[in-house]
Amino acid sequence: MIDLQGYGPRLLEGALVTIELAVLSLILAVILGLITASAKMSRHWLPHRLGTLYTTIIRGVPDLVLMMLLFFGGQIGINMFTDWLYDQFGIDIFINVNEFVAGVLTIGLIFGAYMGETFRGAFLAVDSGQIEAGRAYGMNHALVFRRIRFPQMMRHALPGLSNNWMVLLKTTALVSVIGLSDMVRVAAEASKATREPFTFMIIVAIIYLLIASVSEWFFSRLQKRYDVGFGGHD
Amino acid sequence: MEALLTWLETQLADNSIFTLDTLSYYGQGLTTTVQLVFLSLIIGLIVAVPLSIGRGSKRRWIKMPIFFFTYVFRGTPLLVQLYLIYYGVVFVEGIQDTWLWVLLEKPFFPALVAFTLNTAAYTTEIFHGAIKATGRGEIEAARAYGMRYSLMMRRIVLPSAFRRALPAYGNEVIFMLHASAIASVVTIMDLTGAARFVYARFYAPFDAFLFVAGIYLCLTFAILFLFRYLEKRLLAHLKPASG
Repeated sequence: MIDLQGYGPRLLEGALVTIELAVLSLILAVILGLITASAKMSRHWLPHRLGTLYTTIIRGVPDLVLMMLLFFGGQIGINMFTDWLYDQFGIDIFINVNEFVAGVLTIGLIFGAYMGETFRGAFLAVDSGQIEAGRAYGMNHALVFRRIRFPQMMRHALPGLSNNWMVLLKTTALVSVIGLSDMVRVAAEASKATREPFTFMIIVAIIYLLIASVSEWFFSRLQKRYDVGFGGHD
Repeated sequence: MEALLTWLETQLADNSIFTLDTLSYYGQGLTTTVQLVFLSLIIGLIVAVPLSIGRGSKRRWIKMPIFFFTYVFRGTPLLVQLYLIYYGVVFVEGIQDTWLWVLLEKPFFPALVAFTLNTAAYTTEIFHGAIKATGRGEIEAARAYGMRYSLMMRRIVLPSAFRRALPAYGNEVIFMLHASAIASVVTIMDLTGAARFVYARFYAPFDAFLFVAGIYLCLTFAILFLFRYLEKRLLAHLKPASG
């Protein structure tokens, strides 16, 4: 049997941190992605330009650089803001940037840009006749979105969404660099302490592959659900 | 021009961070990043061509190991692969007595190995997809001409598959550029490493990281334009005829 030399429970905790981080970032990324997609499809120039600027910059800069910028710069930026609040209004507050929150915000912000591109393509793939039909039934915009556009968009967006999720899951490994104790960091510490890097790194790799396999199964179930009425996909 | 220069001079007069000294760090970092990315892409490409042909083989004992390789390297984070090779290489029995140790001792080569294996896995899958998409008629035509398998691969299948793979490969090159930032984690002074150094020295995160983000953005655009140009040249025959 593999000897984990007492690192087993910590590795498990690290795995939980990885999963929590990935799921919370995914939720944030989906929300940001929907906003970005609607901004980029807007008829007004300002949201359109802002959406394009956001996706271009985020997709042109490495994740690690953005993460360090937001994590190291975020604290200084917030301190500057609270100092200013104190000078102007005498409000004395102190906000400490927690690594976990910084991680979720950064990964969510990065993948919001990728999700935006995925959702935009998917929204454009919905037949405009469907939307007109909804309007003709007297549905308002919100109802058309909820009942017609969103469910049909998801069918087109799911392959891209699942792909983004797989990349996001692997990106969470980077938070170990800014000091969050995810499973990669625990494994790196354990490797150095026990001088057995193969054992710990291979276990972490297997956990990543397991999470990826489970989510692949989950997404194929979801795809079947959203494909209802469109016949077999495979 | 004169006015611009004097304006720049006054702007840079009270600048204590971006001196020639720190800029030279960024310069060296740029060289390291470009070397690392370029070398791993070239070697990865050479490795990926035979692997992608083998990946589509009918024989299980050829197909399965290659599938396993791409599955593992595409399914796990590059950081884990880098740690595994960087920390693990020391513990390979007897490696410190061979000539390889001279190279592997420095962090550059373990990083190069990790990046090469990673990009080889992704490129294999890209090429495999492109080869699979070869038109049936093209293969039948080659067969009808009496070409052997190797000749058909060389003359018919691979040239058109590489062209079809070009857009996806362009994405992989950009992905590799961005992934190379991870090299700074194992003490390599690449672009990100230089930015971390400047940040640590001046405690100026915005200056250090925004500057390096700008350089990465420029590199990304350069790659984007290069591939757009290549696509225009090499995929010209696939465009609909202009009327």
